[in-house]
Amino acid sequence: MPINSKIPSGPLDSKWTTYKSTCKLVNPTNKRQLEIIVVGTGLAGASAAASLAEMGYKVKAFCFQDSPRRAHSIAAQGGINAAKNYQNDGDSVYRLFYDTIKGGDYRSREGNVHRLAEVSANIIDQCVAQGVPFAREYGGLLSNRSFGGTQVQRTFYAAGQTGQQLLIGAYQGLERQIALGNVEMYARHEMQEIVKIDGKARGIITRNLVTGELERHFGHSVLLCTGGYGNVFYLSTNAMGSNVTAAWKAHKQGAYFGNPCFTQIHPTCIPVSGDHQSKLTLMSESLRNDGRIWVPKQKNDTRKASDIPEEERDYYLERRYPAFGNLVPRDVASRAAKERCDAGYGVGSSKMAVYLDFAAAIDRYGAVEARKQSIDNADKETIRRLGKDVVKEKYGNLFEMYEKITGENPYELPMRIYPAVHYTMGGLWVDYELMTNVPNLYALGEANFSDHGANRLGASALMQGLADGYFVIPYTLGNNLADDIRTKAIPTDHAAFVAAEKEVSDRIDRMMNIKGKESVESFHKRLGKIMWEKCGMARNAQGLKEAIEEIKALRKEFWANVRIPGEIKEYNPELDKAGRVADFLELGELMCIDALDRNESCGGHFREEYQTEEGEALRDDEHYMFVSAWEYKGDSQFELHKEPLDYEVVHPSARSYK
Amino acid sequence: MNLTLKVWRQKNSKLKGHFETFKVSGISSEMSFLEMFDVLNEQLVAEGREPVAFDHDCREGICGMCSMYINGRAHGPWSHNTTCQLHMREYKDGDTIVVEPWRANSFPVIKDLIVDRSAFDRIIQAGGYISVNTGNAVDANSLPVDKQKADESFAAATCIGCGACVAACPNTSAMLFVSAKVSHLALLPQGEPERETRAVNMVKQMDHEGFGSCTNIGACEAECPKGISLENIARLNREYVGAIFAGSTQA
Repeated sequence: MPINSKIPSGPLDSKWTTYKSTCKLVNPTNKRQLEIIVVGTGLAGASAAASLAEMGYKVKAFCFQDSPRRAHSIAAQGGINAAKNYQNDGDSVYRLFYDTIKGGDYRSREGNVHRLAEVSANIIDQCVAQGVPFAREYGGLLSNRSFGGTQVQRTFYAAGQTGQQLLIGAYQGLERQIALGNVEMYARHEMQEIVKIDGKARGIITRNLVTGELERHFGHSVLLCTGGYGNVFYLSTNAMGSNVTAAWKAHKQGAYFGNPCFTQIHPTCIPVSGDHQSKLTLMSESLRNDGRIWVPKQKNDTRKASDIPEEERDYYLERRYPAFGNLVPRDVASRAAKERCDAGYGVGSSKMAVYLDFAAAIDRYGAVEARKQSIDNADKETIRRLGKDVVKEKYGNLFEMYEKITGENPYELPMRIYPAVHYTMGGLWVDYELMTNVPNLYALGEANFSDHGANRLGASALMQGLADGYFVIPYTLGNNLADDIRTKAIPTDHAAFVAAEKEVSDRIDRMMNIKGKESVESFHKRLGKIMWEKCGMARNAQGLKEAIEEIKALRKEFWANVRIPGEIKEYNPELDKAGRVADFLELGELMCIDALDRNESCGGHFREEYQTEEGEALRDDEHYMFVSAWEYKGDSQFELHKEPLDYEVVHPSARSYK
Repeated sequence: MNLTLKVWRQKNSKLKGHFETFKVSGISSEMSFLEMFDVLNEQLVAEGREPVAFDHDCREGICGMCSMYINGRAHGPWSHNTTCQLHMREYKDGDTIVVEPWRANSFPVIKDLIVDRSAFDRIIQAGGYISVNTGNAVDANSLPVDKQKADESFAAATCIGCGACVAACPNTSAMLFVSAKVSHLALLPQGEPERETRAVNMVKQMDHEGFGSCTNIGACEAECPKGISLENIARLNREYVGAIFAGSTQA
């Protein structure tokens, strides 16, 4: 099937306006006859479900958690970008668009990204109207802060809990529609299969996680808002339940998977402390405003941080990137930390960590505070005390979280941090209308591949999730459904539903009947180790080839030796997890295949063979300026389709932070 | 360290539950409480027994899914903390730890340590929102909001809906949860138009779900992982009484 991204023609800044005023509409009576399935209730899913229900569509929403309010969008800390220019610092739709394209290392679509920047301002208006308590100034107006990769202050925030507040806003809108009877909510339900009729997505099979029963649900269209797949690495900042299953089932039903190897590794996370570790915790990017990153100049230095004198410390980001220093983008900062640790300069018991040190910031703020309070000749102790108060006000909740996890006081000792898997830029391939190449099947938010190219900028994930759900899908869905108004609801005893349910049920039976020796968890850990070592922060052809074989072998072993206790028809978390890990075992292979195919380094994808003499990423625009859209052709068989990226407005250039 | 765990086991909502005793060994002080449970469950799977079912997701204290009642305290001994953020350095070799699910009639047990908290969603459905459809919003800065009120509203809005307040309360009252949502919205000008019906309808739904009455004990505030203040309950009472006097009996 040829790739058609359906980008409207015309000048970049009028594409979306033209689309909106020319797309087809569905009248209110017909909307009431059209049923929409929304899988996932994070920012994209909750906002889409609520908005579509408000418009009159009949919506069914699904989540695997016990309430839609718990989707992992809730954990986003830093903020949400919007081109409001409230700070009068020269921001504009074009600048947000440009920063996002450049931040993505020129591997995203101009049309999509410009639309994202255009609707960003509406998102803030909508959220404020819903009662989202963003941070405000004393004058009562909204406050902004700045984030990586930009030169303006366009990030709106609610302390370190922006994702929580935005999700609660969308959740409340969703609950309101549930109360009105416009949305039927299915919590503790997990999607197991897409049902296709005449080539179109017309429903899903779900498993009720409490009873274990399989259920059939019809929808004129199906929206997957199921987040990213970072948990393929076992350890990540994702929630324990975050998974690829819905997207992977869609892929196996014909939907292309876009840029699967583009993974964001976030530089500042609390390092792994032992084999028992189940997840990693992020320390917000905002900390790099005041924290200085360093390692000892001497290899295998076992002295305490405080015993290492200033001249024996290597502030390697400031040394390598004097122009941006500690505020280089995420991909660059992560690689630099890995380089130092691999070379033997890491700190802590595992030696796989670097210091994030606030001592200088504490002294600096303390001195300012002493002057403000007219304390003459303040001694060191006083300055430190005053400085700590300032730092506490800015980052108190993050410091508290760090102390709970590590038992160390970051006001006294530098934080130990290391990069961790955080976000996946890749996802289901979608066109401008957010539809996959399977008609009537859509992907929104992190589940799609579309807006962040090879590296996402901070505070842009929340923006994209809500843009897709509140402001894009309400238009694009109607444009397609206008042709579907004569399609009556298809009864779920249709042969396609029966066959899809049988497929799911057979698969579950097969898994339960293996009755092997090894737990699901141990397979997941082993997969994660392969992925992290060979398809993580740095990749090379040989490692990727090995990884592909290792994953194949591991998958075979899984299907021969996994042990799942309990019954099918009951609440069985081990069985839920087994289904997810089985899909990760297939996705992992595709990620390696994609990484092996892309013979260049760009954004979060760093192939060791393609770097400059100074160790920087070396892009190959001539040969790789395209989206890799993979088609599933059977076990371990994937066909590559290329969607060329045409830059009409921006001129791609090498990213430099020196 | 080696520990003894007494854990509530209950096959499903219909069958009666009981405590079961387990021994776990090799627990490091760096583990989180839930990672200690992961160790237990791996051990149970290896022995061919059914693992203990418990709710958890983000494991960073924000999703509100985890919900263990540990040695008689919701989310365990640390203050302003969720179960997932409790770490094993709190315990010492040889300790016995008793773990139960949230205990409240309105939160029926689904399995082992997992309870059904959908009553909270239904309370939000009764009025815990501002009725604004997508696309209706005016410019975000067209309505300034007093910073102090915005901050108080945010403090109330940090509720994670975990249900620890109900579990901690001897009456199983949900007043802290309801008051946090009523306060969050009542403190903002955007929430003003529906202020009265919201308070009345949410309280009505709360009563309908069978939650107990508030007798100002304060255990909810003490155990709340986000430190939601009792002041919110006072505010809810004021909102409710004001609404009743204003003649608002329902939506």
